[in-house]
Amino acid sequence: MTFREVPAAEAVALARDGYRVVDVREQSEWDAGHVAGATLLPLGEVSQRIGEIAPEMDAPLLLHCAVGGRSGRAARWLAGMGYTNVVSMKAPIGHWKEQGGEWEEPRGLLTPAQQRRYARQTLIPEIGQEGQRKLLDAKVLLIGAGALGSPSALYLSASGVGTIGLVDDDVVEESNLQRQVLHGVNRLGMRKVDSGELTIRGLNPETVVVKHAERLNADNVERLIAAYDVIVDGTDNFETRYVLNDAAVKLRKPVVHGSIYRWDGQITTFVPFEGPCYRCMYPTQPPDELAPACSVAGVLGVLPGVIGMLQSNEVFKLILGVGDTLSGRLLMFDAMGTSFDEVRIWRDPACPACGEGVESAAVTRAPVAAGA
Amino acid sequence: MSTVRIPPVLRENTGGSRTVDVTGSTVAEALADLFDQHPGLRDRVTDNGELSRFINVYVNDRDVRYRDGLETAIGADDTVILLPAMAGGAS
Repeated sequence: MTFREVPAAEAVALARDGYRVVDVREQSEWDAGHVAGATLLPLGEVSQRIGEIAPEMDAPLLLHCAVGGRSGRAARWLAGMGYTNVVSMKAPIGHWKEQGGEWEEPRGLLTPAQQRRYARQTLIPEIGQEGQRKLLDAKVLLIGAGALGSPSALYLSASGVGTIGLVDDDVVEESNLQRQVLHGVNRLGMRKVDSGELTIRGLNPETVVVKHAERLNADNVERLIAAYDVIVDGTDNFETRYVLNDAAVKLRKPVVHGSIYRWDGQITTFVPFEGPCYRCMYPTQPPDELAPACSVAGVLGVLPGVIGMLQSNEVFKLILGVGDTLSGRLLMFDAMGTSFDEVRIWRDPACPACGEGVESAAVTRAPVAAGA
Repeated sequence: MSTVRIPPVLRENTGGSRTVDVTGSTVAEALADLFDQHPGLRDRVTDNGELSRFINVYVNDRDVRYRDGLETAIGADDTVILLPAMAGGAS
């Protein structure tokens, strides 16, 4: 039936030793900054909800509030309920920070300029200022700053995705301009990552553009994707798609997949270990004659616009954590008939990348397509 | 009659047709009728009599790999979708 009261230095040490930190202040106080890893349990809810936080009566609990008054009362109650290892920090919370305790600053609200700029989407209940903050904090990597990358780059930056990485080692050519609307005639010969950066900066100077002027391959893929939250796959060949898939599964990065051919496009979202991956859908790389590139087969200009825009839509939902993504579904668009079809795709238990028994993929490299 | 939907990369073998009406009560029978009508498709969709490993076959929205394979039953209103991977994107 006892509890201890300790100064801040000892509280910090106990937290590092594994004591569960319980903040008994109110939500508004919590929102202004709180101990990292702590659980919020306002004083008025302690007796009803402590069981959720500490089902075991001998759980090591470190309670704190603003100065030690409320946490002392809470600690006395808990000891009375039979908790045997309860400690209350009897010190102003500022001492916790001075003693080097882990602290999480409040997430900044939007600046007045951001509130104006993003007003039309923060009005949407599923987004709001909190969702906009998520978008501003998000890092999205576009594999390819070409046909599919263009609409994603334009709309993701315009609507405030904070960091956009561009992976592309090409320069802008005249034959690109019919569909690669990130670029223009005054950029011919310029690296696509540089041209892309100029366009994005023009749309939204706040966007951080990270330029990766290289071609994604098995040696650089993990380095390229590691820092990003969502990957948008708009590559032009199978080798890259398999390399990307295996690394994304290993690092558990969601990949929004799009592909286009003349009048037809496909799109799906791969969320590692939650839904199927690319190898679940297509275990084997097709021969080249079944997979001609745009440069050989041709592609309708608006097609990557439609598919790329649907990819952006997936990115928004993944970042915001709302809605239903295309995980487990392949959506097919037929521009000639203006029709959409959908088939289900399943996780393959025998998948070499994400199948049963595969925790993190150590997959052999995809066979190399000649002339990809 | 069931309908087989032909993917873009195989339409050169169907004279440009995007769909082909076929008879048959299983996927195998439907494909056999398809190959009778468009013989050029046989070697592109099958490999030594087996379904090619890089073409997925769906009945409506279901992958036949997770049903009864080529013996999956089909009815008159069903659509068989042949779906090879598509690579095209950025370049």
